[in-house]
Amino acid sequence: MSVDKDTVRRIAKLARLALDEARVGTMVDELNGIFTWVQQLNEVNVEGVPAMTSVVEQRLKMREDKVNDGGNANELMANAPQGEDHFFVVPKVVE
Amino acid sequence: MSLPANLTDFTLSDARDAVLKKKVSSKELTTAFVKAVADARPLNAFVTETPERALEMSIASDIRIAHGQARPLEGLPLAIKDLFCTKGVKTTAGSNILSNFIPPYESTVSQNLWDAGAVLLGKTNMDEFAMGSSNETSRFGPVFNPWRARNSNANLVPGGSSGGSAAAVAANLCLAATGTDTGGSIRQPAAVTGTVGLKPTYGRCSRWGIVAFASSLDQAGPMARTVRDAALLLKYMASVDPRDSTSVDMAVPDYEEGLDFGVKGLRVGIPKEYRIDGAPQEINALWNKGAEWLKAQGAEIVEVSLPHTKYALPTYYIVAPAEASSNLARYDGVRFGHRAKGATDITDLYEKSRAEGFGKEVQRRILIGTYVLSSGYYDAYYARAQKLRTLIARDFTLAFKSCDVLLTPATPGPAFGVGEKTADPVSMYLNDVFTVTVNLAGLPGISVPAGLTANGLPLGLQFIGKAFDEATILRAARAIELAANFHAKPAQWWRAA
Repeated sequence: MSVDKDTVRRIAKLARLALDEARVGTMVDELNGIFTWVQQLNEVNVEGVPAMTSVVEQRLKMREDKVNDGGNANELMANAPQGEDHFFVVPKVVE
Repeated sequence: MSLPANLTDFTLSDARDAVLKKKVSSKELTTAFVKAVADARPLNAFVTETPERALEMSIASDIRIAHGQARPLEGLPLAIKDLFCTKGVKTTAGSNILSNFIPPYESTVSQNLWDAGAVLLGKTNMDEFAMGSSNETSRFGPVFNPWRARNSNANLVPGGSSGGSAAAVAANLCLAATGTDTGGSIRQPAAVTGTVGLKPTYGRCSRWGIVAFASSLDQAGPMARTVRDAALLLKYMASVDPRDSTSVDMAVPDYEEGLDFGVKGLRVGIPKEYRIDGAPQEINALWNKGAEWLKAQGAEIVEVSLPHTKYALPTYYIVAPAEASSNLARYDGVRFGHRAKGATDITDLYEKSRAEGFGKEVQRRILIGTYVLSSGYYDAYYARAQKLRTLIARDFTLAFKSCDVLLTPATPGPAFGVGEKTADPVSMYLNDVFTVTVNLAGLPGISVPAGLTANGLPLGLQFIGKAFDEATILRAARAIELAANFHAKPAQWWRAA
């Protein structure tokens, strides 16, 4: 499997990453270099091998369903590039 | 106990003893380190210096000491990798996308250190989002290794991604530092800077408040000048944290306690697959010497096999970018971080903010991760890689039936030149060939300085331990430290004449 320019454009779109047309070609080469290298994983027979889900044998911890944080809207907004009255401002989404 | 010629030459544990016994005040000690940090700016090890905060904290520590209320790390100046969120102090992860980010909260690990009395000197440089093995992907530019080859003025990389922390520890700019390790980012820079770096078992240190790279692999750990210092720092970094669901419910032991028990009767495994083609002769020679040192101290050397070793790096370069592409989806230019100007609509805003905010290596990994998780490719890449990960972890479980720890080289070579490996991503990735297996299996690993190359550059050896058996790898590393008697320091070329 190797990637072409259209694939790179498509995954850049999926990743919400603007990619200059000039860089698409370079990225094709770089990604193909890496994907060729990872092809060696196909040598291994993985039939019946379970996929790793966690390296530690521990059940996911549960806690009481209680509010334990909040009331800090000012702090949350402090790093917002653009905000108004505790709302994040973005370009118009709905016409 | 006598004071060292320069206060910055203290080890963490000796400084602790001196401060508690009032041989030196925290303020004197902190002032010396603040000056050392400022004098070492040519190394580019720090991205944010916090001298005022450091002095305030040290004065508060001296008051506590005077009142008999000293805590375990009272008044000891540390450096913190810029991946740990520090409340009110800019935290960038080495990225443009976080260039203005001032966290309103503190990471659990750093909070643990302040609760133990430690002093913040500043935030250290790193590869962007911890993606790199040479500290060359930082938006602040490369860090230079304090070490240079004999009779050379060429700048070398300090390894990565915790390159700033490693350089700061090696150049005596702090008593010790924090790092994070996703594929080798503590152990590899420690090895090439002649310092000690420990990656704990996954779940030992809380990940809360650490900027996420690959969440199933990321783990914080200590970087220090001696094995004892690493043990001491780990004890206060580690905790059980309800805010990290993968933090394991297990009391933190006193890692200093058993350090000098020796290695008599310890079964040390030598994994034959780590003898790789093309590794410099010096690496294998040092590895053999390490085994001999341990044997001379009563350890039993056993050959073991980890048959899936060669698949670890390619597995990592599927799993880590996949998790990164997901974790880095949060950077959208809306809630925090960089926002592009002049976007026409919301998608344009996301795409431009991310393109402007992320550097080349990060973009490359986001694209790899998006691809391997995308419909039609998930099974061929991601699901297969997760199965390989099971096999890699199983190799270790089997090996540990016949040994207590594994001894391996830490890196495939010494520090290399700035710019030498940036053109070829795969050649850069190969730096982590000996360290990355440990992350995939969630095990603890430590890199300890073991000698110098013919050119005068440090090399390290690595111990890998069973899960939550940090105490044994520390004890084994201590045995190497004693045998190697490594006390070399780099010449201070970075200081103005």
